[in-house]
Amino acid sequence: MEKLSVITGVAAPLKRSNVDTDQIIPAVFLKRVTKTGFDDALFHAWRQDPEFVLNQESFRGAQILVAGPDFGTGSSREHAVWALRDYGFKVVLSPRFGDIFRGNSGKQGLLTGVVAEPDIEKLWAAIDAAPGLELTVDLGTREVHAGDLTVAFEIDDYTRWRLMEGLDDIGLTLRNEAKITEFEGRREAWRPTTLPVKA
Amino acid sequence: MTQNPILGTPPRTLAEKVWDDHLVVKGENGEPDLIYIDLHLVHEVTSPQAFDGLRQAGRPVRRPDLTIATEDHNTPTIGIDQPIADLTSRTQIETLRRNAEEFGIRLHSLGDLEQGIVHVVGPQLGLTMPGITVVCGDSHTSTHGAFGAMAFGIGTSEVEHVLATQTLPLKPFKTMAINVEGTLRPGVTAKDIILAVIAKIGTGGGQGYVLEYRGSAIRSLSMEGRMTICNMSIEAGARAGMVAPDETTFAYLKGRPHAPQGADWDAAVEYWKTLATDEGAVFDAEVDIDADALEPFVTWGTNPGQGVSLSASVPDPASIADPNARAAAERALEYMDLEPGTPMKDIRVDAVFMGSCTNSRIEDLRAFASVIKGRKKADGVRVMVVPGSARVRIEAEAEGLDKVFEDFGAEWRFAGCSMCLGMNPDQLAPGERCASTSNRNFEGRQGKGGRTHLVSPVVAAATAIRGTLSSPWDLEHTDAPATAADDEKVSA
Repeated sequence: MEKLSVITGVAAPLKRSNVDTDQIIPAVFLKRVTKTGFDDALFHAWRQDPEFVLNQESFRGAQILVAGPDFGTGSSREHAVWALRDYGFKVVLSPRFGDIFRGNSGKQGLLTGVVAEPDIEKLWAAIDAAPGLELTVDLGTREVHAGDLTVAFEIDDYTRWRLMEGLDDIGLTLRNEAKITEFEGRREAWRPTTLPVKA
Repeated sequence: MTQNPILGTPPRTLAEKVWDDHLVVKGENGEPDLIYIDLHLVHEVTSPQAFDGLRQAGRPVRRPDLTIATEDHNTPTIGIDQPIADLTSRTQIETLRRNAEEFGIRLHSLGDLEQGIVHVVGPQLGLTMPGITVVCGDSHTSTHGAFGAMAFGIGTSEVEHVLATQTLPLKPFKTMAINVEGTLRPGVTAKDIILAVIAKIGTGGGQGYVLEYRGSAIRSLSMEGRMTICNMSIEAGARAGMVAPDETTFAYLKGRPHAPQGADWDAAVEYWKTLATDEGAVFDAEVDIDADALEPFVTWGTNPGQGVSLSASVPDPASIADPNARAAAERALEYMDLEPGTPMKDIRVDAVFMGSCTNSRIEDLRAFASVIKGRKKADGVRVMVVPGSARVRIEAEAEGLDKVFEDFGAEWRFAGCSMCLGMNPDQLAPGERCASTSNRNFEGRQGKGGRTHLVSPVVAAATAIRGTLSSPWDLEHTDAPATAADDEKVSA
C-alpha cells in the first residue's frame, strides 16, 4: 500500500446525504473478478447527468471528495472503494461514514476523514466561491487546508498509522500467529465446522 | 475461556460476552483487538479478489473447515440447468468454483440441494449457533445475530484476511438496546418492527453499535422473525444485531445437520444459557418501541429510514426541520415520483417481489401464501416469488405452496438473491414500482430507474391482490392473517 501523508488536489463537492454504496457502484458492475478498472462504474447512474459534479470541467481530475453525511452506507461491497480509488480519489471527507465502507477504505489506502457538518458546509462554500480549488489534507496534523480556511478531521490513531506507513493488515496479524494457534487449541468441541456431515 | 467465572467481573451484555470469548489478542495503545472467527461464509461476488490476494502472497486458507461457500448473488432463478447466459456472470461463478477447488473449500453450487442465499443456508444447516462469530463479505450477515451470534458483514480485504488468518482486527463496538415491548397485532410482523426501528433511529443511528433486540415482542418471535429483524440492522447503520438465545433458539437448532450432538449439545446449551445480558449490565444507548401501537409499515423514499405506517401519507419535505434530511426527502420524492400528502394506500405498483435474505424462509412463504390463497393477483402486476434456498423451495412444494403461487398468477422461481439487488436478470425496468420484501429501497437497487417500497410478506401479498400498497387489514372477508412467524402469538 502506498504511504500517505499530505495530499493536495482538486476537491469535488458532493452535496448529498446517504450516498449508499449502490450509488457509488451499482451491482451490475460487481460481476467482475478483478480488483482494478472500476473507474467507469463510479457513480454510474449519476454520471449520465451532464450537470453531475464530476462531469463539470472545474472538477476534472479531482482527488478529494467532500460529501454530505452518511457516505458509504449499505452494502459491504469493497468495489465502492476500488471505484473511488480507480477514478483518482485519495480522500473522502464526510460528517459520517458507513462503518463497513470506512473499514474497507482504510485497508485500500483511501483516506476517510470525519469533518464536522458545519465545516463541510464551509468547505463547500469555499469550493463554490472558487470551483477547482485545491485542498490540502494533512494526515499528520489531521487538518484540511482550503486557502485561509483550516478545518480538522478525525481518523483513529491506528488507521492513521497504517495509512502513513502503508502497512498490510494480514502481515501485521500474522505476527500473532502463535497466539491464534494457541486460541484454536482451546476451542470447544461443540463449535461448528463445515466439514461434510456423516450420514 | 467460556468457563470464565462471572464472579468479580462487572455485568456484561450479550455482545460483550461473545466478544470477550473470541479475544485472541487484546489491543493496546489504540490498536484493535484481534478477534477469532468461528464461521466464514463465502459467495461469488465479494471473494474472487480475496482469493487472488492469497495466491499472490502464496498464502493458504488457514481453516477451510470453518469456511463454506454458496452461489447466490449472481445466479439466475430460472433455467438453472442451462449455462449462465451472461458471460461475466458465468465467469464469476466459475471463478468461485475454481477457487473452492484450489483452496479446499466446501461449495454448494447452483443445482445443489444445499444451494441458496448464504444467510438462509447457514442457519438451515445448523452452522449458525449462539455464541459464535460469523462473518461474510455481505452486509446482511447481521442476520445470524438472531441466534445470539456476533455476525457482521466485511469487505473483500477482510475476506482475504479471514481466509488467511481466521481472525479480524476489530475495534470494540458500543452497545445499544432496542426494547420492543408489547404484543403485535395480527397482520403486523417482524418486518414492521425493524422498519419502525430504522425510521426511528435513522440510517446512521446504529453506526458503531451492536444492536441487541430485547423485550416481550422479540421473545415471542420465531427464529425466522428474529432473523428478519437482525438482517436489517445494517440498514440502521449497525454492523451487527443480536437476540439472546432462548428455548426458541435451541428448539430451532436441535437436530440440524451441523448442530452439536450428545454431550457436545449439552455442553453447548449450558454455555448458551449464560450468554444473555446480565442483570445490571449497561448499554451505551437504549431505544424503546411500543409493539402494541405498531401498524404495517412501508417505505416511501430511497433509504430504509424513510418509512411510515401504511395508513399514513407521503410526508411533506417542507415539514422536515433538518436541511439535509429535507433535501434528501425532496430528492427521494422526485426519484420515487410521489407527491407529498398522497395516501400510501393510493400508490399503485407494477411488481411485487417476495424473496431476499430478509424474507425468503419457509415461514415467510407460508405467510405470503396464507393471504393470497384462493385469490388472483391484480391485473398488470408482475409477482415474483423467490425462495431463499433450494431446500426452502422443496419444502414449499411439499406443502403445495407452489400451486398456491401459480394459481394466484405469480412466478415461482429457483433460489437466489434475485431482484433484491438486481444483479442477475431479475430487475425492474426504469420507472417501474415494486412492493418488495427485501431490505433496500436505494435508487436503482432493483434495476436502473426502478422504484422500491419495502414491505412485509403479508403486505406484499395484499398489495399483489389489490394492485395498490395494502395490508391484510384492507382485504375483505379475511381472517386477519398474520405471518407464520407470528402464528404462535396470534393463536395464543
